[in-house]
Amino acid sequence: MKHTIEMNVNGEAWAVDVAPGETLLEVLREKVGVKSPKIGCERGDCGSCTVLYDGKSVRACLVLAVEAEGHEITTLEGISHDGLTVLQEKMVELSSFQCGFCAPGIVLSVHELLQERPDPSADEVKEAISGNLCRCTGYDPIVDAVLEAARIGPGDRG
Amino acid sequence: MTDTYVGKADEANAMETLGVIGKGTPRIDGLDKLTGAAEYVDDMDFGPALLHAAVVESPYGYARIKGIDASKAEALPGVVKVVTGKDFPYTFGMYMKDRYVFAQDVVRFAGEQVAAVIARDARTAKKAASLVEVDYEVMEPLLDPMKALADDAVLIHPDLEDYEHVPWFFPKAGTNIAHWRKTRRGDLEAGFAEADVILEDEYTVPRYAHCAIEPHVVVARLDKAHRLTLWTASQSPYTQRDVFAQALAPLGLSHKDIRVVTPYVGGGFGGKAGVSMEIIGAALATVVPGRPVKVRWTREQEFTNTYQRQGVRARIRLGAKKDGTITALEHDLYWDAGAYVEYGANVVNAAGLSATGPYRVPAVKIDSLCVYTNLPPGGPYRGFGYSEFHFGLESHITRMAQELGMDPVEFRKKNAIVEGDTLAYGEAMNPSGLIEAIDKTAAAIDWGVEETSDDPTKAIGKGLCLFWKAPAMPPNASSASFLKFNEDGSMNITVSGMELGQGYLTVMAQVASEILAVPPEKIRVETPDTDRNPYEWQTVASHVTWSCGNAVAAAALEAREKIYKVVHDARGYEEGSLYLEDEKVKCDTDPDFELPLAEFVVGGIMMPDGTYRGGPIVASGKFMPEFTSALSDPETSQGGHPNVHYTVGAAGVVIEVDRDTGKIHVKKAALAADVGRAINPVLIEGQITGGLLQGLATVLYEDMRFDAQGRLLNPTFTDYKIPTSKDVPDQIIPIIIETPQPDGPFGARGVGEHTMIAAAPVIGDAVADALGVRLKEMPITAERVALAVAGMDD
Repeated sequence: MKHTIEMNVNGEAWAVDVAPGETLLEVLREKVGVKSPKIGCERGDCGSCTVLYDGKSVRACLVLAVEAEGHEITTLEGISHDGLTVLQEKMVELSSFQCGFCAPGIVLSVHELLQERPDPSADEVKEAISGNLCRCTGYDPIVDAVLEAARIGPGDRG
Repeated sequence: MTDTYVGKADEANAMETLGVIGKGTPRIDGLDKLTGAAEYVDDMDFGPALLHAAVVESPYGYARIKGIDASKAEALPGVVKVVTGKDFPYTFGMYMKDRYVFAQDVVRFAGEQVAAVIARDARTAKKAASLVEVDYEVMEPLLDPMKALADDAVLIHPDLEDYEHVPWFFPKAGTNIAHWRKTRRGDLEAGFAEADVILEDEYTVPRYAHCAIEPHVVVARLDKAHRLTLWTASQSPYTQRDVFAQALAPLGLSHKDIRVVTPYVGGGFGGKAGVSMEIIGAALATVVPGRPVKVRWTREQEFTNTYQRQGVRARIRLGAKKDGTITALEHDLYWDAGAYVEYGANVVNAAGLSATGPYRVPAVKIDSLCVYTNLPPGGPYRGFGYSEFHFGLESHITRMAQELGMDPVEFRKKNAIVEGDTLAYGEAMNPSGLIEAIDKTAAAIDWGVEETSDDPTKAIGKGLCLFWKAPAMPPNASSASFLKFNEDGSMNITVSGMELGQGYLTVMAQVASEILAVPPEKIRVETPDTDRNPYEWQTVASHVTWSCGNAVAAAALEAREKIYKVVHDARGYEEGSLYLEDEKVKCDTDPDFELPLAEFVVGGIMMPDGTYRGGPIVASGKFMPEFTSALSDPETSQGGHPNVHYTVGAAGVVIEVDRDTGKIHVKKAALAADVGRAINPVLIEGQITGGLLQGLATVLYEDMRFDAQGRLLNPTFTDYKIPTSKDVPDQIIPIIIETPQPDGPFGARGVGEHTMIAAAPVIGDAVADALGVRLKEMPITAERVALAVAGMDD
């Protein structure tokens, strides 16, 4: 019942044997070795497994691995090929995280937002991360960092 | 030795100009966490030998196990082993050994581990677990602590009197009372006789879940040399090692054979303190020697079989004079402690010592009862009993003020505890900026200024409540630290407190940085490994900034002495004339002298003859609060010194509530905490923002619901809602008060838990202020508010 899928993960071509029931999250973590998408609930509630699927954020626990066939998957490890994005930099600088477990998903959700809306309002930022649960920060510090990153703009770092 | 240490703390406190203390130094774990480099237990690779376990859980709250048939599970290809309670007839526990590795003859809560399957992959393990057939004789579960207290109640633990426990617990054999903390001070009858108003009522607080986003996970391996290593998502590596060593002693394992490694943890909030599911990993590893085995809790198991915050029924009787002086307090707390109380009984204990709240109460009677029920084990949760009792107490304080015709804030200020006041257990209150916290919070929410909503269907209400909390620790809870310099003048510090998200590693780096004049970014502080890092009791109780901060300060001061000695030996300067600045040793008496640390802290200083003085600078430090004692009169709690100090503060809210639907919108939330000294104000603001939101969620919507069998009905984030980014108050105002703690590093005391304690009663007060209805049961949901407004509650 194994099926070989070809997909692009963070700019690299991968061919991976997957079982029909396997999720993209399991395959990324166990067969590709990309560990930033986290396992938090395995039912689409928490957003800690958020990845970009052809640039759109999805919950990797709700995507079957076979659905990734021929698609581009981007995780936190792949959003910048030149150091940190401005967003990551601001989140580090402003200590806008705590345990860090939700951070990869949040960075990806915001990354997607900033591609579409480079100058979002606070409400738009809250909307964009409303599917990413964070139990530590109270969210405000994250929103502040995003607005600060947006104010500076991506420059040439994408 | 206390004097010696306090001398050193004073020395740290006395430093006139501070470089990094008090600054919002960016966290030293930022790059790790924002690049994906941070490794959590589930991210670690163990290769193809890794086995996976799935647990067979009881579907009943209370049942006798008549038989277990694992033959179908064992026959499934890929299954390596099935184990049951017969394989591990051991009890374990932190403060009382009342818990079992696997259920023996009886299951006491729905979700309890009955057996486990170890398989070569997780799916097979899960499938096989569903094939294990357990024959139960179902019994009527006791879900209500009041029913469990009845004379004819079934005994959930008939062997209670045989359980080993700490000396400050008082189980009542032949009952379901696992511990009864009694605190008595002053003449209660006279106190109530003196009162002009006596107010009595009851308040109810349900159970809550921590909801760290990372579920519990353990990987355990017993290698062929009989060495047990565990990688755990834990707040308590050393306490875990101790509990494992005690529980597995029959297998010939002791402390030196056991190693606990704890990389980054994805949130704890008390839920990852002590030992809960990790005991399963430790036990399973012993039946598959040489193979690592992983147990990872699902989100549902995270809700049902770790610790839960205990529910409580409070009965409060409060007396006060017309002038607003509190004269007497009687506070009964009946805790729904769950099936096992090895940790939770200490929550009950902590509340029983401090349920006066931050008030001067001349006559006190507190009874805090830890009652077994057939619900999941209760345990530590941010606030450790204080959030629970503050809801009733603070609601009651406001109501008393209203009965007296006094402003609730004035009433609080009149009775607020101040330095030197006598605590319920007889010791003196530590320095505190409580009055300042009240004033600043009141100003932040424009207390006394009536506000009306632009929307006529909505009402505005305000509330302001106080909070306090002391760390609940055994009297010998200690912290230790190792420090070593590297060739470039950078340093590594090892400690065994846990970075749970609070920023502890950064704060430890700031403490060492301040004393040794090395910038925080040149200091690496790593997460614990019990083989390499020195002792820490646990990262709980909001005590590591204080306790481990003291240990790191002690190590840094020792390193500084060693640095001065080397420079003295090699260059002849008086040690007393030397000081550290900008990563260099300088001298008061010779302005031209400066020696960069990088030039000698490992390699030493070269003498004219080519020989060297010095060598690697290494140091250690420790801290134990040698003034505390848990021994006291069991009937009154007088005579001991159970708590090190209290952190106090106030919180206030402005809410807008819909008169028809009861929906509450928090417009403004302010919280002032007296942190002694803000080592890193940005991190403290982070605690206030995050903790307030967590607290607001417990009063606005979170709630655990159980069916008649004691099964949790809402074990998912779909049905147990925690706040999203859209549930944040419009404005959060963190206020930092700094009244130094004399024995804290640079005067600091802890603040992590405190930020959620007052959230529930302020909402209750604000609803009462807005709509004139008093809700006495948490959570205060829109539904309950609407029903109360319509006169349809109860």
